[in-house]
Amino acid sequence: MKLLHLPLPRLLLLSVALFCTCRLGAQAPVPAPVPAPTLEQRVAGLEAYLANGDPGAALKDAKGAVPAGLTSPSVGTAGPGHNGFMMLCTALVLFMTLPGLALFYGGLVRTKSVLSVMAQCLGIAGLVIILWWAFGYSLVFGKSFNSPFLGGSEYFFMTGIDSAPNTDYAAWVSQNIFAMYQLMFAIITPALIVGAIAERMKFTAVLVFTACWMFVVYFPLAHMVWGSTGYMNGVWNAGASIKAIDFAGGTVVHMSSGWSALVLCLMIGPRLGHGRTPMPPHSLVLCLIGTGMLWVGWYGFNAGSAVAADGVAANAFTTTTLAAAIAAFTWGALEFVLHRRASVLGLCSGAVAGLVVVTPACGFITPGSSVLLGVLAGAVPFLACSTLKPFLKYDDALDTFGVHAVGGTLGALLTGLFATAAVNGNLATNLKDVVGRTLWLEQLKAMGLTIVLSVAATAAIAFLVNTFIGLRTSIESEQEGLDFSDHGEEGYILESKS
Amino acid sequence: MTCSRSRRPKLLATLALTAGLGLGSLFAQTPPAAATPPAPPPPTLEQRIAGLEAYLGNGDPTVVLKVGPKDKDGNATIPAGLTTPSVGTAGPGHNGFMMICTALVLFMTLPGLALFYGGLVRTKNVLSVMAQCLGIAGLVTIIWWAVGYSLVFGKSFNSPYLGGTEYFFLAGVDAAPNTDYAFWVSQNVFSMYQLMFAIITPALIIGAIAERMKFSAIMAFVFIWMFVVYIPLAHMVWGSTGLMNGVWNAGASIKAIDFAGGTVVHMSSGWSALILCIILGPRLGFGKTPMPPHSLVLCMVGTGMLWVGWYGFNAGSAVAADGVAANAFTTTTLATGVASFTWAALEYITRGKASVLGFCSGAVAGLVVVTPGCGFINSTSAMWVGLIAGLVPFLACTKLKSLFKYDDALDTFGVHAVGGTVGAFITGIFATPSVNSNLSTNLKDVVGKTLWLEQLKAIGLTLILSIVATVVIAYLVKAVLGLRPSVDAEREGLDLTDHGEEGYIYESKS
Amino acid sequence: MKLIIAIIKPFKLEEVKEALAAAGIEGMTVTEVKGFGRQKGHTEIYRGSEYTVDFLPKVKIEVAVGDDAAGKAVDTIVKAAKTGKIGDGKVFVLPLEEVVRIRTDERGESAV
Repeated sequence: MKLLHLPLPRLLLLSVALFCTCRLGAQAPVPAPVPAPTLEQRVAGLEAYLANGDPGAALKDAKGAVPAGLTSPSVGTAGPGHNGFMMLCTALVLFMTLPGLALFYGGLVRTKSVLSVMAQCLGIAGLVIILWWAFGYSLVFGKSFNSPFLGGSEYFFMTGIDSAPNTDYAAWVSQNIFAMYQLMFAIITPALIVGAIAERMKFTAVLVFTACWMFVVYFPLAHMVWGSTGYMNGVWNAGASIKAIDFAGGTVVHMSSGWSALVLCLMIGPRLGHGRTPMPPHSLVLCLIGTGMLWVGWYGFNAGSAVAADGVAANAFTTTTLAAAIAAFTWGALEFVLHRRASVLGLCSGAVAGLVVVTPACGFITPGSSVLLGVLAGAVPFLACSTLKPFLKYDDALDTFGVHAVGGTLGALLTGLFATAAVNGNLATNLKDVVGRTLWLEQLKAMGLTIVLSVAATAAIAFLVNTFIGLRTSIESEQEGLDFSDHGEEGYILESKS
Repeated sequence: MTCSRSRRPKLLATLALTAGLGLGSLFAQTPPAAATPPAPPPPTLEQRIAGLEAYLGNGDPTVVLKVGPKDKDGNATIPAGLTTPSVGTAGPGHNGFMMICTALVLFMTLPGLALFYGGLVRTKNVLSVMAQCLGIAGLVTIIWWAVGYSLVFGKSFNSPYLGGTEYFFLAGVDAAPNTDYAFWVSQNVFSMYQLMFAIITPALIIGAIAERMKFSAIMAFVFIWMFVVYIPLAHMVWGSTGLMNGVWNAGASIKAIDFAGGTVVHMSSGWSALILCIILGPRLGFGKTPMPPHSLVLCMVGTGMLWVGWYGFNAGSAVAADGVAANAFTTTTLATGVASFTWAALEYITRGKASVLGFCSGAVAGLVVVTPGCGFINSTSAMWVGLIAGLVPFLACTKLKSLFKYDDALDTFGVHAVGGTVGAFITGIFATPSVNSNLSTNLKDVVGKTLWLEQLKAIGLTLILSIVATVVIAYLVKAVLGLRPSVDAEREGLDLTDHGEEGYIYESKS
Repeated sequence: MKLIIAIIKPFKLEEVKEALAAAGIEGMTVTEVKGFGRQKGHTEIYRGSEYTVDFLPKVKIEVAVGDDAAGKAVDTIVKAAKTGKIGDGKVFVLPLEEVVRIRTDERGESAV
């Protein structure tokens, strides 16, 4: 079956099938080792491709089992429309980190630290790719442990992952592409944390922290939410203890990174001179460019989370657009009302907040709900960043907590209230008694578990890293800027006209 | 079968036309058979379904139509007039994918490479490299439309060295697929996709000669270089009658493989760059005055865009959204991540600091080295490729360059020539038909055995062609136009002297 | 009247400004400058080629004060700008011949 996507054997089989059907029409069967699919079954397989359905469904007999050896050319092969779409979505999610997030964050720090956040994004990308190849994908999407908390060991070192689909997760997308797509999520999540601890954490400490954090927080959480045997995978796991939903990563990506960022920035302490010296963004131009790239890339993140170019993806695309635009406008409008000026940073922050809040919901809510969600996404993180932070005086340098933790938490809750089976038929199976009723309670449980895991694990990891190699760079290095002290470079050397 | 792209182009082209024109009438004609000339036989339901299934697997939709009398080679033919609606039409999934991949490869040059190189030069020359990228894009597009595509992918010359004249001025290149190269992608999209490769290749060369070559001289050099180096080489490697096209040309003299352009793109540009930068001589003050990159921020932005765009370059080289593309996508990701991390780790070990330029250089090196192999190797091999890609170009850029003291300003040689050569060689070692069954037809006796020898031959030929041609062209342009700007112009910066502009005008706050 | 010119580390500017204000000295001119003294520059390496930065970024403060306030101003600056590490900077004190407030045409100490 796995071989079917290779042209040669597929066609051999095809000719065998052709041969057999012709003969069958004529007279009693020759000893045929493989039962041939009927034309009806083959057409049904092709129709399944259009609607992202299961091409094997039509092969089942009255008892619901597929006769031994029966298959059709549509089974076990990736579908070009879906597969091509997912490759592009994967590239788009990488684009969010490199260079989107690197620019967004890079523009918000001071000149002397711009390269350090870029290096952190690049370093995390390299590190996580290696971890994901070796263990990560398997621990999240394997199932040999048959555990609600971790996947399995069958895909370690990407063994057996080829271009055939893994039908646990997608009927028409190559498993290697699915693995790469999910890898890009695993890259951006720890990279988001960088925003809270920018300009003062040692590069080596960032990498060591990330390596531990991936194993303790990200891999288990991603399995719980998205793994086929996951603890909180309400949509796909009939036996999930918490029947929560998270379309594109409100809990896994934004809450986990945001809450971890808060704990880490409290433990590492504020930047030198925080509250006394002004630390304005060195280039809002870069920040704006990064925001635009994040928005564009986020379509890969949200629509791609349907793991198909189907109607669910289309709905996610639509709600993402509406929520992001309305949140940007709301944040800017609030600034205009309160301070008489709508700032570029405000509009950018609003767009990102809108994208964060709609992330868990985008594939489950109607466009109408996404408008309301956009308004809330502009208002609540705005208050968190402009009121909560000065009040509590923590130094969340680039507002990872204010935008991602607050936004992600808000989004997870709103998803519970707005989700409807009308835009996503998958909500009408395992969750049909929950959606529209007690889903928000399930969401609260998932949020609680995510917060407890992120906060406790981050505190423990940060403490260990601090003990062994130290979290913070020296005072002189921090004053001089991490660009030189950690990387030996400068971001801009504009004057040398020699 | 599907694997050997059909040797019956004329027939297929006619079929394509009939299908395109007579699609609707075909259904109408099915019941009554009393039409004027001998009516084309209607396809059976079976044949039509098989055509659709061929779309899913990027197969040949005409295979099931070959039920007619045998030709002189003993192969079944298609009965005259028999066709199905799947024949001669582009498939939306494959075609849409390739259009986006084409845009991604353009994105690599504009603005990816322009930013990557632009950030690495000094302030006074940032616009000059951007102008060179833009100028090359325009120039090559014109060449490609007029003769380039035809000379690479035509076959009227029936030659292993050059294509043909049939597609001059893109005549006859329309939205129907050219089944020599892709069953389900429009030929006009295929030609635009290949155009983007033809644009980025000469644009890579400018990294070695940045900050000191006249704009007019660059345009003249590129114009000639495209005809003498790129177009013949691309035909030899990818043309259906090409000398080194081991996968698709059963009669290829050198049975080499190059999935996405290790020889055609990276080796040719990299070795030409080395020669050109030696003939040109170093920048004024090279070795005495420091010439640090003026903006690593731009360089990093360009690197991210190159990486993203490279998916179009590598996965798109399957010319379909199929399993081979998926494998190429995967190996590209793994090799790049590992190479980036390796280069930076080597810096950390040797001097205590991992630099942003190191991460960026490593990522580009990984992309370069995996380019020829991406669609032929498995994910484990990709990790090894990444490790080698982080190590070898690192040594070339940090040790070799300072040893020989050539002024390869932005390391086109160190990354692209060295990386491309290493990549071409190790592709011969790592390639396996288990991820790409196209290796088990023409090359089944070579892959895993003597493929590395074939790769060495292809490397040698590419090297010789690039070096010899570049020497000749460079001296020719030097004699006619002169290569370098005046000393004063170089001191002032090419932005002002060649283009009359400045990259940054920050001070005017009045 | 004296003109006090102080070259300090950039991140000390805010502290010096606050300290001077607390000492009753209002008004100063600030320029971002580059220079070097005993503190050596540093070396950056870009793909193997070295780039030595001789001149490090500093901030230059210029304050005009009456003769009586000069000593206190210098002490305040030194105290606020000190880290004890090499590269803290220097303070120069120069005699000042005349000061004119442009708006009112006031001259001498009342214009300081």
